Amino acid sequence: MRKNSTKIIILAVIAIIFILLFAFYNIRGGFDYAFPRRLVRIGAMVITGIAISYATIMFQTITHNRILTPSIMGLDSMYEVVQTVIFFALGSASIFVVDRYLNFGMAIIAMILFALILYRFLFRADKYPIFLLLLAGMIIGTLLGSLVNFLQVVIDPVEYLSLQSRLFASFNNVKSELLYLSMVILGAAFIYGKRMLSDLDVMSLGRDAAINLGINYDKMVLKVLILSSILIATSTALVGPITFLGLIVSNVAYQFINTYRHSVLIVASSLISIIALVGGQFLVLHVFHLNTTISVIINFIGGIYFIYLLLKESRAAG
Amino acid sequence: MIEIKGITKYFGKNPVVEDVTVTIQPKMITSFIGPNGAGKSTLLSMVSRLLDSDTGEVLLDKGNVKKMKSDAFAKRVAILRQSNHLNVRLTVRELVSFGRYPYSKGRLNSEDEKFVDQALEYMNLTDIQDKYLDELSGGQKQRAFISMVIAQDTEYILLDEPLNNLDMKHSVQIMKILRKLVDELGKTVVIVLHDINFASVYSDRIVALKDGRVVKDGLTNEIINTDALREIYDMDIPVQEQDGCRICVFFNSHS
Repeated sequence: MRKNSTKIIILAVIAIIFILLFAFYNIRGGFDYAFPRRLVRIGAMVITGIAISYATIMFQTITHNRILTPSIMGLDSMYEVVQTVIFFALGSASIFVVDRYLNFGMAIIAMILFALILYRFLFRADKYPIFLLLLAGMIIGTLLGSLVNFLQVVIDPVEYLSLQSRLFASFNNVKSELLYLSMVILGAAFIYGKRMLSDLDVMSLGRDAAINLGINYDKMVLKVLILSSILIATSTALVGPITFLGLIVSNVAYQFINTYRHSVLIVASSLISIIALVGGQFLVLHVFHLNTTISVIINFIGGIYFIYLLLKESRAAG
Repeated sequence: MIEIKGITKYFGKNPVVEDVTVTIQPKMITSFIGPNGAGKSTLLSMVSRLLDSDTGEVLLDKGNVKKMKSDAFAKRVAILRQSNHLNVRLTVRELVSFGRYPYSKGRLNSEDEKFVDQALEYMNLTDIQDKYLDELSGGQKQRAFISMVIAQDTEYILLDEPLNNLDMKHSVQIMKILRKLVDELGKTVVIVLHDINFASVYSDRIVALKDGRVVKDGLTNEIINTDALREIYDMDIPVQEQDGCRICVFFNSHS
């Protein structure tokens, strides 16, 4: 236990160093101008990191695997589908677009429904091999992507421009009014989820053992699916999809921290996310002077890591 | 007392368990025996709420099991299934501590620790309590899981083929421990067994299933005889008596 707490402290220190570097390094022009902007971006990265880690670890526990994440199963493509459909059907002047909160609410409801359907048909049966689930996830993702593409082709070009600005959210383009909303949602999710953490520890023993130990399994699965959909929706609305972040940080956390306790795992993977996002963004901006977004790099590294995990899994299975 | 009343379960169109009515007598070992695919494990899963029945009900002291609260039920009935694959890396002691979850919700107090120590000792695991489960042999792992169920300290312990993967020595050891749990601590044990000789030597009652139905239900002596066994297994099995135990010599029987 002591070793784990040392590791957490090390992670926290690295995260704080990167945050401070990002906030103060080479701050040019008016401090009053640049500093608040940097703070907003740090806030967005911290919130995204925590939300994605939290959702991914919970999702992986209830689906009993360490490779699939809500994002890989197409949950954040669902966000794009919702936005595109709203723009297509109602237009950019619609109340569902203009009112950020209403828009966000719609997206969350659609994503929860999608997660429930996905779970009902794919994970409930508990007997499909992981590769089949993966294939299904890819196909669903492609289907949703094609649907989005199709609607974008036939949509009015002016509408398309405003849709695009909505979909290509990034850390450079954070809407601060959504930032406060995200903070509230994340805080509420933590307060609500706190009681579930020890139940999740038991869930990682598998369905039979969890029921034996008095967990109301189906209710728990429902709660986790709803909570992780809300968290993924929050992060996607804030900065756009980062498909592979959850996969990287959860697996690094599983390997780095040797425990079954979700309270520790979630804290560790949140810190790793923050390091990856803030540190990565810092390096991209100030060291490499590249004008690319961090999500591209994370998806690149994450994709390679993902293939590595799959190969490892298939060796273990074979 | 657990009463199983007219319970039926379909997998697709085929009934796996059909209209089964059995009463589990308290403070006894009851063995479920029968050929493969007779529905023994399915029945046990329904009693322990791992599986919903299509019709019929299971009563625990007259109360319908489905209407009980999950954690209240977990303090009274424990179940262990055959396959216990874990996704997480745990030590023996951590696994056994999970048995206290219905009481402690993850925060073990000194009484919980005492139960864990006892359960480890019962299963002879104290020496290896800090080893990780993936470092253990199949038999040791099985004992660790049984130890978790003992730590759960329930009146009823349901075990689905706990002797799988175990050699003779450990099988006998486990059956003796179950006997002790019943005789000394007044527990009720229900166990699915494939080896009828273990059923014959260690259990008080036997329920025999075949094609999803109960074909025999009674005291061990009423069931371990050539006539009753023929009805269950479609084999002529000579039964010999050895030091007061009835042993079925089925190895060269013809059916």
